[in-house]
Amino acid sequence: MVESASMTTPLTPANPLHVLAAASRDVAAVRLAALAPAARLVFRGREAAIGPAGEAFGVPLPREACRFNTAGGRFAFWLGPDEWLLLVPNAEAAPLFTAIEAATTGLPHALVDVSERSVGIEVAGEKAAFVLNQGNPLDLSLAAFPIGMCTRTVFHKAEILLVRHAPDVFHLDVWRSFAPYVWELLEDARRELA
Amino acid sequence: MLIITCPWCGARPEVEFRYGGEAHIARPADPSALTDQEWADFLYNRTNPKGLHAERWRHMHGCGRYFNALRDTVSDFFVTTYKAGEPRPDIDGSSGGNP
Ligand SMILES: [Zn+2]
Repeated sequence: MVESASMTTPLTPANPLHVLAAASRDVAAVRLAALAPAARLVFRGREAAIGPAGEAFGVPLPREACRFNTAGGRFAFWLGPDEWLLLVPNAEAAPLFTAIEAATTGLPHALVDVSERSVGIEVAGEKAAFVLNQGNPLDLSLAAFPIGMCTRTVFHKAEILLVRHAPDVFHLDVWRSFAPYVWELLEDARRELA
Repeated sequence: MLIITCPWCGARPEVEFRYGGEAHIARPADPSALTDQEWADFLYNRTNPKGLHAERWRHMHGCGRYFNALRDTVSDFFVTTYKAGEPRPDIDGSSGGNP
């Protein structure tokens, strides 16, 4: 038996959107992009652990519901009153994990590396909110969903994390097996704008 | 679409939520001390009122938290919502009160 490369080198998980994104047409009113890999950690903890975790991560964990903090290319998304997603694009999860674990030793908390669980999609353009609203019932006006807001919600039947970075720039994080479903429904929603 | 107010996230569409049954039912501290009838009451028997009902909801596709709601079972109107652990609000409302 011939030894193949895959038997000796660890497999890198493929982005489930590679094929779809490569074949995607450019629509100026709303552009879709598959985002780069990222380190993703879910942190859950009691009061005493929240501050140290944010210090170790380099971004204070937001205490206001449905908001995110960002600094130095790192993002801390509020998911629930004791739950945050810590995300760093193009980074390794292991050093972050080690640093936060060291800072929260002995304090009740849970820290889980979920880097490969989901993938990111950028939806950007003047019709971004319109297209998202084809599968999401939230009020995406700037008054109701301002810049700096993030929330878990749904896109059609899939759960997503929806983030607003700018008036016309949204990111969504979706579990990888749902990603083609979400992508193709986004394509469908923007077809009339091409 | 029915709008439900999560105590953490605010007003949200009902598709983000899941129903969790009647609220304020404490698990007996010592189940083995109960008669079969008392245990059956805890497991299965509910008040099933026509009118205001205190019930658990989970903001499943949101903050993920369980909370409680007072809902009118006739009109489906949510009178109020409150965090788990808080007592049932002293409201004997009927349909059409302020949310
Ligand atoms: Zn919520």
